[in-house]
Amino acid sequence: MRIYVPRDAAALGVGADETARSILAEAQRRGIAVELIRNGSRGLLWLEPLVEVDVAGTRMAYGPVQFNDVAGLFEAGFTTGKPHALSHGVTEQIPYLKKQERLTFARVGITDPRSLEDYKQHGGYRGLKTALTLKPEDIVASVTASGLRGRGGAAFPAGIKWKTVLGAQSAQKYIVCNADEGDSGTFSDRMLMEGDPFVLIEGMTIAGLATGATQGYIYLRWEYPQAKLALEAAIAAANAAGYLGQNILGSSKAFELEVRMGAGAYICGEETSLLESLEGKRGQVRFKPPLPALQGLWAKPTVINNVITFASVPIILDRGAEFYQHFGMGRSRGTLPMQLAGNIKHGGLVEIAFGMTLREILYDYGGGSFSGRPIRAVQVGGPLGAYHPESQFDTPLDYEAFAAIKGMLGHGGIVAFDDTVDMAAQARYAMEFCAIESCGKCTPCRIGSTRGVEVIDRLVAGENAAKQETILRDLCETLTYGSLCALGGLTPYPVISALNHFPQDFVKPVGASSAAG
Amino acid sequence: MSSQSPRRVIPIKVERQSNLTAKERSAVLDACMRLKGLPGALLPILHAVQEALRFVPKDAVPLIARELNLSVAEVHGVVSFYHYFLQERPGRQVMHLCRAEACQARGGVALEAHVKATLGVDFHGTTRDGAITLEPVYCLGNCALGPSLMIDQQLHGRVTAERFDALITRRQEPT
Repeated sequence: MRIYVPRDAAALGVGADETARSILAEAQRRGIAVELIRNGSRGLLWLEPLVEVDVAGTRMAYGPVQFNDVAGLFEAGFTTGKPHALSHGVTEQIPYLKKQERLTFARVGITDPRSLEDYKQHGGYRGLKTALTLKPEDIVASVTASGLRGRGGAAFPAGIKWKTVLGAQSAQKYIVCNADEGDSGTFSDRMLMEGDPFVLIEGMTIAGLATGATQGYIYLRWEYPQAKLALEAAIAAANAAGYLGQNILGSSKAFELEVRMGAGAYICGEETSLLESLEGKRGQVRFKPPLPALQGLWAKPTVINNVITFASVPIILDRGAEFYQHFGMGRSRGTLPMQLAGNIKHGGLVEIAFGMTLREILYDYGGGSFSGRPIRAVQVGGPLGAYHPESQFDTPLDYEAFAAIKGMLGHGGIVAFDDTVDMAAQARYAMEFCAIESCGKCTPCRIGSTRGVEVIDRLVAGENAAKQETILRDLCETLTYGSLCALGGLTPYPVISALNHFPQDFVKPVGASSAAG
Repeated sequence: MSSQSPRRVIPIKVERQSNLTAKERSAVLDACMRLKGLPGALLPILHAVQEALRFVPKDAVPLIARELNLSVAEVHGVVSFYHYFLQERPGRQVMHLCRAEACQARGGVALEAHVKATLGVDFHGTTRDGAITLEPVYCLGNCALGPSLMIDQQLHGRVTAERFDALITRRQEPT
């Protein structure tokens, strides 16, 4: 009797450990032998804890299962897949999951993230084996041909970055994984690291082979303790089995990997700031050039990519660039794991090819708002992404299409707000967030963000509003063009989009006191 | 030319007066000894110190600086840059409450007000009985199941005011 209860942090946060204990206790009481597997999450987060029972090789889903539901489930015969109020039938057939195109997340929720054997049985390490037969330039060519662009937010072609590092002459090069997933509304990196850590390790190892780098670091945010446990266990297993170390699978090629913890600084998701932090310094942004690809970590050539970027590489090497390139639209190739979050009924992870519209994902997958009220605004791409009104919901999820409406897909986070949202408060929060998280190196971001909060307060209070709006727009222009990195440079996105699309929220209602905050 | 003029020794006070207890001091030195060989060792050392002592005491800074051959200013600059490193001794538990947009969209702002009123503290404050230190956090990666908070690295999702009250009551009971 095999039962799956996720160990994903989101599942743990709603009681998965208690559910797992309860299942073991109840099984023992009934004399049923149970093999409990702590898998990753399937990404149907509103159903967590989602318990799955293996019935003759078919996995049946029940959720959300709290510890006090367990006795009833056993009573109803869930161990043989019998129906229950919480049952959702065959997991794979749940429409939310069935309609997805899971390439990068192919194994997440299915395998045991602690088991290297399970990883290999589900197609793991085939990409690395292919890579070991190729010359470095051929690996790079394959990644370039796949059209894979950096999934961290900036969408820079991965192959071009790798080619620069391959061409750089240096005795030491580094592979750095940016796992500082600080954008609100995003959790795909976390889910992947917790649910399938080996695929990240494999992707980084391939990057090492492709560029001649022998040392890798995963820079992980402290807020993800479960991901740390999963990665460290997987690295130990990969080392023990010869998939990492000084002689990878007897090829005499070396690649070592280490997890380093961040310490709560949003700015460290910016690549040069992350490198400073890895070097043990304040996470202050560096001037570019030099590019990290030429002078990165300790001034050595460095590939720095996001978790999902590296994790997309093994399937490209395994199935070929053409297979991956076939998904998507325009210059956005492959799939993007979108994350549905905020005030949404069916929040979770949706990996699909680029091109679906925002409306389709909000309603066909998300099922509308969690509160049942109309969705009024959607922030796409994290705290630096724009707020989109309903009139823009038909925009396809594509890097260029979002850039065209002064927004960005970023890391694929979608945060829905219902009609109770105060968009002036959201604009103010964007400035406040920038002020709290600014590294302080450049003036527009350091000072401009604080001034921005003050100007929005005065605007909302109705103190010479027309003038305040002019000042706010002018300030945002200074931030956009005068900041050193994306934090200051993109903070105007949520501010100006809120102001342009929801101007009525910035007008003080007659007779009301200040609504700021 | 070997005149026997006595060498003037200028006493350098290597270490300032420290208020660290012997146990704290040895925890700091132990972290340094274990980790200072790593490239970029400062963050791992600060994590180890905070793991052992639950914060990075002010008097640990000169000690770490000495061990890593850095200036006190450099170490202080790093400790104070990162929100996660606590410079004051926290309460028996540290609660990180998410303030980010996805949690706001699910009632995070109202929860924040409830938490502050219930605990009687603002962010960075410690309850009068020393039980809980409240810290803000900007995203716990639980954005579909917010509002979220973390108590000593344990995540809690779908936190309503009632669920928060239950969490606090449960945790106040001695274990």
